[in-house]
Amino acid sequence: MADSQPDAPQSLYAAREPIFPRKVYGKFRNLKWAIMIVTLGIYYLTPWIRWDRGPSLPDQAVLIDLASRRFFFFWIEIWPHEFYFIAGLLVMAGLGLFLFTSALGRVWCGYACPQTVWTDLFILVERWIEGDRNARLRLHRQKKWDARKVRLRLTKWVSWLLIGLATGGAWVFYFTDAPTLLADLVTLNAHPIAYTTIGVLTATTFFFGGFAREQICIYACPWPRIQAAMLDEDSLVVGYREWRGEPRKHSRAVEEGAPQGDCIDCMACVNVCPVGIDIRDGQQLECITCALCIDACDDIMAKIGKPRGLIDYMALTDEENERAGKPPKPILKHILRPRTIMYTALWALVGFGLVFALFIRSDIDMTVAPVRNPTYVMLSDGSIRNTYEVRLRNKHGEDRRFNLTVSGDPAIHLTLEGTPYSSVSVPADSMRLQRVYLVAAPGSEAAKIERSEVRLWIEDTSNGDRAYKDSVFNGKAN
Amino acid sequence: MAKKPNKKTEVETTGHEWDGIQEYNNPLPRWWLWTFYACIAWGLWYVIAYPAWPMIEGATAGYKGWSTRANVAVELAEAEAANAEINAKLAAVELASISETPELQAYATSAGSAVFKTWCAQCHGSGAAGAKGYPNLLDNDWLWGGSIDDIHTTISHGIRNEVDDDARFSEMPAFGEILETPQIDQVANYVMSLSGAPQDASLVAEGETVFMDNCAACHGEQAQGDIYQGAPNLTDAIWLYGGDFATIKETVTNSRYGVMPPWNTRLSEAEVRAVAIYVHQLGGGE
Repeated sequence: MADSQPDAPQSLYAAREPIFPRKVYGKFRNLKWAIMIVTLGIYYLTPWIRWDRGPSLPDQAVLIDLASRRFFFFWIEIWPHEFYFIAGLLVMAGLGLFLFTSALGRVWCGYACPQTVWTDLFILVERWIEGDRNARLRLHRQKKWDARKVRLRLTKWVSWLLIGLATGGAWVFYFTDAPTLLADLVTLNAHPIAYTTIGVLTATTFFFGGFAREQICIYACPWPRIQAAMLDEDSLVVGYREWRGEPRKHSRAVEEGAPQGDCIDCMACVNVCPVGIDIRDGQQLECITCALCIDACDDIMAKIGKPRGLIDYMALTDEENERAGKPPKPILKHILRPRTIMYTALWALVGFGLVFALFIRSDIDMTVAPVRNPTYVMLSDGSIRNTYEVRLRNKHGEDRRFNLTVSGDPAIHLTLEGTPYSSVSVPADSMRLQRVYLVAAPGSEAAKIERSEVRLWIEDTSNGDRAYKDSVFNGKAN
Repeated sequence: MAKKPNKKTEVETTGHEWDGIQEYNNPLPRWWLWTFYACIAWGLWYVIAYPAWPMIEGATAGYKGWSTRANVAVELAEAEAANAEINAKLAAVELASISETPELQAYATSAGSAVFKTWCAQCHGSGAAGAKGYPNLLDNDWLWGGSIDDIHTTISHGIRNEVDDDARFSEMPAFGEILETPQIDQVANYVMSLSGAPQDASLVAEGETVFMDNCAACHGEQAQGDIYQGAPNLTDAIWLYGGDFATIKETVTNSRYGVMPPWNTRLSEAEVRAVAIYVHQLGGGE
């Protein structure tokens, strides 16, 4: 190239082109506002919902109690050994994303992704403070940092920081009692981890929402790359009806009498785009299908008296049909196809499984671990003793007394370490580790064979609820 | 954006070439260069600040005086200090009352488990099941008594050692020097008859006479042993060295002198108590 000088090698780094999305009105914009209010509302307010669980349990509806290893969700309480519920929910979330992506395209990216929602919020704040696209462009191009620019920039950054602070602040409330923590935070008595977490999340929110914005989606997020494999020609994407719009009507360029498309090249779709692309160039990696260009174009089409939908949600197969003058397939036919039906079925299967598991889980629970070192002990009268570590879980809000028994072989009887009784008390919402001895009478079958089956029972002495676990008894085989 | 220039014509190369592949002589990015300089500076500081150069004995100490061993010592001291209060309480209270205080009992059990695995497991086994000559601590048979106080005394002073004046001491004579071999055969058969089948039933009656004359003083006329003398119960199913004829004959002939060191010289009182409580709650404590 002629303009390249050997002593001035071209930079390998392309600076970001700043984007100043213009304000837009329309049905998709309204839908996005509604989703923003709902999702942010859920995020900020959930920790403040109270839920009465009795005196010994926290009264926060949604609480991840890491210290005592409990997850509370309204009436559901998850213990660490029930982590499969969390795993199941993650599987459902993954399948749900697959389903939505193959049916509706990048609808997650466009409407619900936190990066999109917070960026949208930050752009809203930016617009309130610095004005719409043109004002922001002017301010950006103004080299001199006069009092007005400093004031506007500072106001914007402080507002962003406050949003970031609220975001990071809301996060920590999920992990401990929110009102207590808020009081501690304000009086500077909270744990350093709380301040660190808030600090980190404030900084990331500020940076990601204020400055990184679409670069997160384009460069950092793996999801757009994965989605490329999930989309097909039936998925909904935002597209430009090229057959209708071209050739573009450019007031000066178009000659009288030449064929003219509906597009008047007003750049409205480009100016509102939060990722800075021209949708008329076709499908692009950057597009998060936020549909704001649809709103912008519909507005223009209404003004020039043309039908809406020059830019619209469409499936790529319809693009071809419409170009050929055929009617598009009904939207339901796009959505209902083997792939989406299979995703839905899988999603529902996992969901039903989880709900089923939730309802059948017993609220008395134990695990039995035989002590293998040594496998048996001979007592002075010749009887054989096996030891078991039994974990008894009481998931109720009050203390419970459990009676332990053994069934299977009448020659085997059960004793407990540390107590002459056969029952133990387990405090409310806790686990007790109890050593249990099974003793086989001298000369009995169980004492002489290497391995026999036993069944340990626990019974709630107050209401008779029972549960059992099977284990093995090791005898002294000769 | 402008297209990339055709570098081959414009950037000088280092002159290195292999199979037509040439190496550009581009300058390093400035950030890279400064990172490189910063690493050099940091490396110089590190060599001065931390142990770095290997010498004949050890390494240069570094002006910060940092060492992993010193860090371990600090952490151990911190852990010790954190447990100082409960250790003091454990060492001070009435031994038998510890089981009534759940906090102390729980602490003593887990601390005792650690002490046991460090100091006791070598002979008694990590599961405390013992071995030939090393008593099984899980069963309900105790040479010197299975109450918490008895166990505590045994651990504190040890058994048959020359170090501690209060050590448990029992000395069974080597009857090979006292009895004739036929008498030893007789008494071994009698002892076997107490807990199982004798090898030769015709010798049991004579063996009983030998037993009453020579053994009953310590083991008792019922042969049920005596925890005050450390004499084992010969009527139960548990044998420290073995209950077959050859082993019993060997025991009677040569006697056995199991030894345990005193632990009050190596462990603190709180540690001795902790391990006593741990052993007591293994299943055989009385």
